[in-house]
Amino acid sequence: MKDIRRSHGDLHFWILLLTIYILTYYPSSAFAHVERGQATGFVTGLQHPWSGLDHVLAMIAVGIWGAQLGSPAIWLLPVTFPMVMSMGAMMGLLGIPLPGIEIGIALSAILLGAMVFGELRPKLVIAAVMVGFFAVFHGHAHGTELPAGQSGLLYSMGFVIATGILHGMGITIGLINRWPAGKIALRGAGALITIMGVTFLWKALT
Amino acid sequence: MNAQSRKNTALLVTIASLFCPSTAAAHLVTTGMGPVYDGIGHLLLTPEDLVPVLALALYAGLRGAVSGRRAMFLLPLAWFAGGLAGSTVGGSLQFPLPAISFLVLGALIAADLRMQDNAVAILAICLGLVHGFSNGVALRDGAGTLGLIGIMSIVFISVALASASVVSLRRPWMRIAIRVAGSWICASGLLMLGWMAKGHI
Repeated sequence: MKDIRRSHGDLHFWILLLTIYILTYYPSSAFAHVERGQATGFVTGLQHPWSGLDHVLAMIAVGIWGAQLGSPAIWLLPVTFPMVMSMGAMMGLLGIPLPGIEIGIALSAILLGAMVFGELRPKLVIAAVMVGFFAVFHGHAHGTELPAGQSGLLYSMGFVIATGILHGMGITIGLINRWPAGKIALRGAGALITIMGVTFLWKALT
Repeated sequence: MNAQSRKNTALLVTIASLFCPSTAAAHLVTTGMGPVYDGIGHLLLTPEDLVPVLALALYAGLRGAVSGRRAMFLLPLAWFAGGLAGSTVGGSLQFPLPAISFLVLGALIAADLRMQDNAVAILAICLGLVHGFSNGVALRDGAGTLGLIGIMSIVFISVALASASVVSLRRPWMRIAIRVAGSWICASGLLMLGWMAKGHI
């Protein structure tokens, strides 16, 4: 058993090393004149979700709420969000209008924050539909902002990965839910996200 | 040399290589090391091909050792056959191949869809043939057949490493992490379809 575990550890080590090698072959500066201007698409996509506080708070709220709900919501909600968000982005790219985008994003922060604050536990389907519904607004607003001359593929990958990392941060924060003080802290964070959502809504309406 | 010293040596070589960047090549047409390495470099530096290869390996790994083993042999062979066809026939594929590959494979991983080993093998063959065809057309005036051999070898190594790694996962949350990665691949595929519709790719 110990040998098997050690061989798995070895395999993971060599895979990690191979990954490092592959990543070192992705220096953006070396892509100076590759045909479709792919130089900074990945980095731009990776940075983009962090540029808007509304997006950041909603993503983290999804992760925290998932952690509060436990398995399978802890991974189902973060899986649902990027996939539906991409559909929202696709709608934007196809020119399908979505009214009240900023209001929808603000409402996502308000309601997701409220869910965390109240530790509400709706049925899994309802939680997934709710997260998916708001993901459309986030995708429509943010997914279509590819700077000119950059690779759409690498931008998309960076954007989705960064969103996933934000969910992961939310889940990690949400793990303190196992302690009584942690539960209170999470509810406080939920209240804060809701308040921030109200300010986003105020800005969207005025 | 024992296992630990091998690891230490590999780590040292890795770190040393990070501090020794070669001159940045603005036009990555060739690696300068011959057509086989051009093929290897082509796959490693082309996310449109590399991600589907890894995605198939992850999915085959989720399905078990038999699927992983079949994918490990069938994908590179089909890739090579498709490449030969592409370099002979020429032309171009009239559909958004990378986006569809991302979408289908990502969705399969995210859903952890149960599929028979034969079906996974057929999936590997189809993926290899279409991506290989596309590579064959691209390498017609470049690395040619030797380049295809390079691609085939790196596809084999990538599938072997990735699928073996997934097969060896025992803890449930690790499999879930793979499924989350699948959802990211699927989401990227959806976005790519959107960009294609808008004419950005």
